[in-house]
Amino acid sequence: MTSTDMPSFASATQAEVVRDPHYNFGYLDESTKRMLRRALLKAVAIPGYQVPFGSREMPLPYGWGTGGIQVTAAIIGAGDVLKVIDQGSDDTTNAINIRRFFARVTGVRTTESTRAASIVQTRHRIPETPLREGQIVVFQVPIPEPLRWLEPSETETRTMHALAEYGGMHVKLYEDIAQHGHIATTYDYPVVVNERYMMRPSPIPKFDNPKLDNNPALMLFGAGREKRVYAVPPYTRVKSLDFQDHPFTVEKWSDCCALCGSRDSYLDEIILDDQGTRRFVCSDTEYCADRQAAGHGGPAAGEYTA
Amino acid sequence: MTAPAPLLSVRGMTHTWDGIHGCRDIDFDLYPGEVLCVVGESGSGKSTLLQAVSCQVAPQAGSVRYDLREEGLTDLATLSSARLRLLARTDWGFVRQNARDGLRMQVSAGANIAERLMAVGQRHYGGLREVAGNWLHKMEIDVGRLDDAPASFSGGMQQRLQIARNLVTHPRMVFMDEPTASLDVSVQARLLDLLRQLVSDLGLAAIVVTHDLAVARLLAHRTLVMRGGRVVESGLTDQILDDPQHPYTQLLVSSILQS
Repeated sequence: MTSTDMPSFASATQAEVVRDPHYNFGYLDESTKRMLRRALLKAVAIPGYQVPFGSREMPLPYGWGTGGIQVTAAIIGAGDVLKVIDQGSDDTTNAINIRRFFARVTGVRTTESTRAASIVQTRHRIPETPLREGQIVVFQVPIPEPLRWLEPSETETRTMHALAEYGGMHVKLYEDIAQHGHIATTYDYPVVVNERYMMRPSPIPKFDNPKLDNNPALMLFGAGREKRVYAVPPYTRVKSLDFQDHPFTVEKWSDCCALCGSRDSYLDEIILDDQGTRRFVCSDTEYCADRQAAGHGGPAAGEYTA
Repeated sequence: MTAPAPLLSVRGMTHTWDGIHGCRDIDFDLYPGEVLCVVGESGSGKSTLLQAVSCQVAPQAGSVRYDLREEGLTDLATLSSARLRLLARTDWGFVRQNARDGLRMQVSAGANIAERLMAVGQRHYGGLREVAGNWLHKMEIDVGRLDDAPASFSGGMQQRLQIARNLVTHPRMVFMDEPTASLDVSVQARLLDLLRQLVSDLGLAAIVVTHDLAVARLLAHRTLVMRGGRVVESGLTDQILDDPQHPYTQLLVSSILQS
C-alpha cells in the first residue's frame, strides 16, 4: 500500500532518514507481512470481525503497541509518510520511539502533520484534523473482545458474535445509568459496525466514536497479545450503543483549550499546583499547535512556547 | 372431545455420559400449564434428563419435540443452534439450584431482571426499569433494592431474583433443578408458595427436578420417579405418593417423616 498515487503526501515535514540495511524492510520478514495482509484483507471484507493472525514477538513488550506496529509493518511502503501519536501527542516516549523504529527499519519519511501522513498509527486518539480518502489509521488494541467482561470463554464469545447475540452488552450501560444516572463509560465505548459486529474501538475516548462513523479513511486495529486484527473500511456505518431515552453523547468541557482556545477538540485536564489550580489543553498536540500558528489563542496563550 | 396438544413430547430419549450413567428410554408428555416433578436419589439420572430435554446436551437416541409458536410440535434436534439459543432465552427459563450460577453477580438486581428483555431488543431504559421494579414487587422484594447487588441479598431473595430474571420474557416452560435445596425450611415453604402461585397465574409449564417429595407434593400435578437412569413409576402426584406401586417408590414414600 504505497502512496505513489497520492502526490499530496510528498510535503513531509521531517527529513528523510537512512534505512538500516541489516533489517528487512519493515522489520518483519516478507512472508509474515503477507500473512498479516491476508488477515487484514479478510478483516476489511468483514467489517468489525476479529480475524486471528500469527502475532510475532516484537522488540518491545506487549502493551506498548505490538499489534499496531505489526499492522503498520505489514502495510507500509517506501512511499508512505508515517505519523505516530500516543494519547493525541506526537512527542511522548512511545510515539517518538515507534516513529524512530519505523524510520530505521523502513527509511520512510515521518511527520507530525495529519494532513501529510498516509499512515497514522495511534493509541488512545483519532486526530482532530479530519481524515480523508487514502489515509490509513492503525490502532493499537489491548483487548479486542467487547464481550469479554460478560463471558470469559472464547468459544462462547465467538458463538455470540456468530449469532449476533449482543443483548448482554446493554446490561453494562443499564448498570451505568442505574449507578450514576447517566452512561458513565467514557472510553472503549462499544460500537456496532455495519449493523452487524460488536466492536471495541480500542481505548479511544467516546468523544472520538462519532469520527469512526462514515470516515473516509481506512481504520485498521491490531491486538498483538490477543493475536487479532479487525477493520472499519472507509464509509462504514459505526453506531455507538445507547438507550432510546439515554442517547449516546460525547464528553463536554466547561472551558476552552488554554493554549489555542478550541472548544471543539478533546481536552486534557492538567493540575498545575497543590491548590488544585487546573487548566484544560487540547490532547491533540498537532491540532493545538496548528491553531496557535494560525493566530488562535486561549486564556494562557503565550505563557508557554508551543 | 379432543385432548389438548402437549407442549413437550419426549419419546425413547436416552443420554448416557459413559455408556452406563445417565438416563434411558424416557417417555413423557408435558401439557401447557402443567408441573412435572422428577424425583429420585442422587445419580438416578434426574439432572441428565433435564439437560437432555433442554438441549444442553444432545440426546443419543429418541426424540424431544416442543410446540413452537409458529410451527407446532417440532423435533428440537432439527433446529439450528441459533434457534435453540433463542428459544432457551425467550420461551424457556432455567432456575438453578445455586442462585449464584443463574445470576450475574457483578450487576444490580434490576440489570439481572432486565437482561433478557435487552437481549430480545428492548432499548428503553425507563421501560426496562419499570418492568424490573414490577417483578421485584411480584417477588415480594422491596422495590427500593432494585439497584443493589445480588450479593447483598439473602439466599431466598437471590433465588426469587433468579426466578424473576427467568420469567420476565413470559416463557411457557421453566426447567428447575433443585430450586429449594439450598434454602432453609421456612424460606423453602415461602418460595414454594410463590412458585405455585406464579405457575397458576402465568400458566407456566415446569419440569422440576428434586429429591424432596414434599416439593413434589406441593407443586406437581404429575411425578416421574427415577432410579438407575430409568423411570420406574409415573402418574398423578397424589396417586404416586398415596398409593406407590413400585418397591422403590414405596421405599421413598415410607422414608418421609410423617407429621
